[in-house]
Amino acid sequence: MLLRHTTAKEIDRKALTINPAKTCQPVGAMYAALGIHGCLPHSHGSQGCCSYHRSALSRHFREPIMAGTSSFSEGSSVFGGSANLLQSIETMFTVYKPEIIAVHTTCLSETIGDDLTQIISKANEDGLVPEGKQVIYCNTPSYVGTHVTGYSNQVAAMVKFFSTATPKKRNVVNLVTGWMEPSDMREIKRLASVMEARTIMFPDMTDVLDAPLDGHYKMYPAGGTTSKDLTLTGDSKFTLGLGHSCTEDACIKLENKCKVKFEMLDIPIGFKATDRFLMSLSRHANVPIPDSLSDERGRLIDLISDSSKYLYGKRVALWGDPDTLIPLVEFLLSMDMKPVYVVTGTPSKYFQERMTELLKDIPEAKFMNGDMADMFRMHQWIKQEGVDLLIGNTYGKYIARDENTPLVRFGFPIADRPGHNYFAKTGYDGGANLVKQIMDAFLEQMDKTCLEEKFEFQL
Amino acid sequence: MAKNLIEELDLSKFAEEVSAAYPSKVAKKRTKSIVINDPDSIPQIQANVRTIPGIITQRGCTYAGCKGVVLGPTRDIVNITHGPIGCGYYSWLTRRNQTRADKPEMDNFIPYAFSTDMQDSNIVFGGEEKLKQAIREAHELFHPKGIAIFSTCPVGLIGDDVHRVARQMKEELPGVNIFGFSCEGYRGVSQSAGHHIANNGLYKNLIGNNDNYVRKNKYAINVLGEYNIGGDAFVIDELFKKIGVDIIATMSGNSTLEQFETAHNADFSLVMCHRSINYVAEMLETSFGIPWAKANFIGAEATAKTLRKVGQYFGDQELKDRIEVVIAEEMEAVKVAAEKAKTKTTGKTVMMFVGGSRAHHYQELFNELGMETLVAGYEFGHRDDYEGRRVMPSIKIDADSRNIEEITVVPDPTRFKPRKSEEELAYLKEAFDIEFNEYKGMMTDMKKGTLVIDDLSHFEMEKLIEMYKPDVFCAGIKEKYVVQKMGIPMKQLHNYDSGGPYAAFAGAINFYKDIEMIACSSIFKQMKAPWEREEFVTAEYVFN
Repeated sequence: MLLRHTTAKEIDRKALTINPAKTCQPVGAMYAALGIHGCLPHSHGSQGCCSYHRSALSRHFREPIMAGTSSFSEGSSVFGGSANLLQSIETMFTVYKPEIIAVHTTCLSETIGDDLTQIISKANEDGLVPEGKQVIYCNTPSYVGTHVTGYSNQVAAMVKFFSTATPKKRNVVNLVTGWMEPSDMREIKRLASVMEARTIMFPDMTDVLDAPLDGHYKMYPAGGTTSKDLTLTGDSKFTLGLGHSCTEDACIKLENKCKVKFEMLDIPIGFKATDRFLMSLSRHANVPIPDSLSDERGRLIDLISDSSKYLYGKRVALWGDPDTLIPLVEFLLSMDMKPVYVVTGTPSKYFQERMTELLKDIPEAKFMNGDMADMFRMHQWIKQEGVDLLIGNTYGKYIARDENTPLVRFGFPIADRPGHNYFAKTGYDGGANLVKQIMDAFLEQMDKTCLEEKFEFQL
Repeated sequence: MAKNLIEELDLSKFAEEVSAAYPSKVAKKRTKSIVINDPDSIPQIQANVRTIPGIITQRGCTYAGCKGVVLGPTRDIVNITHGPIGCGYYSWLTRRNQTRADKPEMDNFIPYAFSTDMQDSNIVFGGEEKLKQAIREAHELFHPKGIAIFSTCPVGLIGDDVHRVARQMKEELPGVNIFGFSCEGYRGVSQSAGHHIANNGLYKNLIGNNDNYVRKNKYAINVLGEYNIGGDAFVIDELFKKIGVDIIATMSGNSTLEQFETAHNADFSLVMCHRSINYVAEMLETSFGIPWAKANFIGAEATAKTLRKVGQYFGDQELKDRIEVVIAEEMEAVKVAAEKAKTKTTGKTVMMFVGGSRAHHYQELFNELGMETLVAGYEFGHRDDYEGRRVMPSIKIDADSRNIEEITVVPDPTRFKPRKSEEELAYLKEAFDIEFNEYKGMMTDMKKGTLVIDDLSHFEMEKLIEMYKPDVFCAGIKEKYVVQKMGIPMKQLHNYDSGGPYAAFAGAINFYKDIEMIACSSIFKQMKAPWEREEFVTAEYVFN
C-alpha cells in the first residue's frame, strides 16, 4: 500500500495538514498573469518560490512557464527587498523585453513588509520602465488563503491597473475566467462566437499554455488578453464572472471603478451550468442562442441517457477548488450520481452554502473546506465507506491504487497525463468529454476485474 | 574530427554575444561565470554567487536543497514543513526518489506531505505552538521513529525556534528522534546551502547513534550523494550484492533512519554527488576515520572503474576476482547496446546544465555514445565542483556562506579508528591512483575549447541553442518545453523524463536506448505543415 499509514480512525486535528487539497497564493497569481499578452510574471521573494511555481505549472501544462524572481538573500530579508525588485525590473525589461511585468509577493516579502506601491512608483520615477510598458502588482501572502486567492488577486489587479471607463460604452460583455484550463477557455470563447456575442475574456490562457510546436520558441506567445482589451473592459456593458472564488473580487472592483454591472456564474461545467451561462450571455449580449447549441446540448443529454445505467447511484469522492467543485457536483447530481465526499483546502463560505443546498438530498454526503480539509481526511472517509469513483488531481492516484477505485483526472495539478489542456471540460462538448472519461474509467475497471464469465462483448 | 568541431564552432564568441544584451553591471558579473575550458590549465570560474535579481535562473532555494534533496528520500521520517502550505506542497512527490519498503508494516511516509500550514495569525503571534501540536498529531497518527522539521522563509523572520521546539518535543515524546533544520529559503544562493544545512543536521542528530550493524559480508561501505532517482540506488545495491560488499547507508536514496545511524560502521565511503554530501563524507572521515573517494556509477566504464577502486581499496584478491567477473558479465550486454545506439548517436552534440554533479557525470554516458559535450554547467555547484577541491582554500567565504552554521567536527573519543593507515593510503594512491578525500571537478574531464557556464540564465540558454544548435539539450523541467518548442530534443537529467535507472551497467543500457530514442524522434521533422515547407509548390488554376 502506498498510503499505508492512512486509517479510518479520524482524530481531532488542529495543526497538522496532511496531503493538502490546496497550495499557496503566488502560484495562482503567476498562472493568472500568463493570461495577459506579453506579460512576464515576477515573484518577489526567494528563488525557490519562483522555481517551485514554474515547475508546478510546467509539469501540469507541459509548456514553457517563464517568470522572474527577486532572488532574495538573507541581506534583503533583513534590509528589505526594494533594491532587488528595482534591479529585477531593469534587468527584465532590458533582457527579456516583456510588455508588462506582473509582480506578486510571497510570504517572505509580505512578512518583512515590502511596500510594492512605493517600490514600483520608484521604478517608474527612476525611468526603469520603458515608454509604453507597465509594471502591475498584487499582494499574495502565502499564509492567507490559497492558490485560488492568488489567482483572484491577480485578476483583480488587471482591473485595478487597466480597466478604464470612457464615455463611449461598447456592446461587449466581459468574461472573467476563473481557474480553468486553456481548453476550457477556448470552448467558452467558441460558444460566445457561435452566439455572435462580442466579448473580452480575461485572463485568457489560450494560445499561451497550449501553444503549437513549430520550431520557434516565443517567450510571449500569441495568446493572452492584450492590455488594450483589458483597458476596454471598463467600457463594456456587462461582466460575467465565471467562478466565485476566482473572479468575484475583480467583478466588484470593475463595477466600482467603471460602473460595469456584473453577474456571478459558475464555471460552465455540466449542462445546467452551461445552460445558465448561455442564457445569461444571451441576455446581456442581446443575442439569441442558436439551434446549433441546442443540438450540442441534446447530444450531451443523449450520451448521458445512453450511459445512465452505469452512472446511477455511483458514489463519488472529489477534491479541488470551490469554483470547479460546485458545478461538477451539480453535474454529477444531474446524472443521478452521488457525490458523497467533497473537499477543498480553499476556505469558502460560498462553497459551504452551495454544497449544503446541492447535497441536501444525500444525507450521507460529507463536505469540508479550509483548514484541515485535506486529502488525508477524504481518504479516511473513503476508508470508512468506499466510493466508486474519484475525481481530482494527480495526487489522487495514490488513493486510487490503494483502494482499487477508478480516478478521473480533473483540476490542478495533473502531472501524469498529457492533453488536459487540449480537451475542454466546459460547455456541452466538454460535458460529453467528462462523461466519456467517467464511463471509460468505470468500464475499464469492470473489464479488468470482472469474472471471465461476466466479461462481455457488448456493454 | 571531434576536436575540429569544437574549434569550428568557436564557443569563445558566446560570452561576448550575450553580454552585449545585458545591462553593463549584469554583463560584468555574468561573464565571470562563462569560461572557455582548458583541462591543462584550468581557468577560474565564478560559482556559488548570488543570481542577479530578474535573471531567469534554474536555481531553487535552501529549503529545496535540505528537505527536497537530502532528507526527502528517507522513507521512515515524518518530514514536517513548518510554514505556509506551498513549500510542503511543491516538495510532495515531485522528486522521483523511489523507495522500497518491502513489508506492509514498514514505515513509508514518502507519499505523504506534512505541513503546519501557517496562517496570518501564526505569522503575527508565532508558530511554535502550532508546530508542537502538529508534532503531537503526527505522533498520535503515525508513531514514527523520527520527525524532522523544516523551516521555510517566514519561520526565520518571525523568530520561531524550531530547534527548541524539537528539544522540548523530544522530552515530551520519549523514544522519538525529533530534530529541526534552519533551512529558510533565503539563506544561501541556491539549493546548495540547504545541502550543507542538511549534512550538518544528519551529523548532529543521526550519524553515530547506533553501533550495532550486523554485517552480511566481510566489507561494508557507504554510498553518499545517491538519491535513487528513477531507481539508480536499486541497481547500485544489486551490483554490490553481486560482488559481496555491504552498503550500510545510501545517502539518502531508498534510505531509513537506521542507515544514517549506523553509517559510521563502514570501512569506506563512495561519494557520488560531491556537492550535496561532501560535508558528511568529511565528517565521517574526521570523526570516525572512514576515508572517502569520489565515485561515479553513471556510465558503464565509470561504473567498472568505481568497482575496481573498491576492490583495490580492500586489497582482497577474491573480491577483485568477483568484481572482474561481474564487470565482464555486465559489459557484454552494455557493448551490444552501445554499438546499436552509436549508429544513431555518434557525432551528435550535447549541452547540459544540471545539478552539482550530474553535468559532470553524464558526460561519461554521452562519451560512450560517441557524442560530444560542447557546453556544460551546474545549477548550484561551487568552484571545487568545477575546478577541483584544490581551489577550496582560495574560495572566499562571503556573506551568503557565512550564515550557514559551521559545526566543529572532532575525532570521536572512543570510536575514531582510521580504516587505513597513512602508509596504506599513500600506497593506494601510488599504486592505483585512488585519490582520497579528493574531487578533481568537471573541467579536468572536459575538452579544450569547450564552454563552461555556471547558473545558466534563460536568455543564455536561448542564445546557446540559437548559436550552436545542439542535437540534444539536458536540463530540468523548467527548461524542458522551451527547448522542445525550438525543435531540439530535450532530456531532463533531474527526473530523467520518468525514465531510468541510468546508474551502473543496467542504467547505462537504459540511457543509450533513451538517447537513441530522442535523437531519432521523428516528430521534430513534422514541425512545418507541408504547405509551409519551402519545397512545397502550390498548384494554380490556369484560366484560359
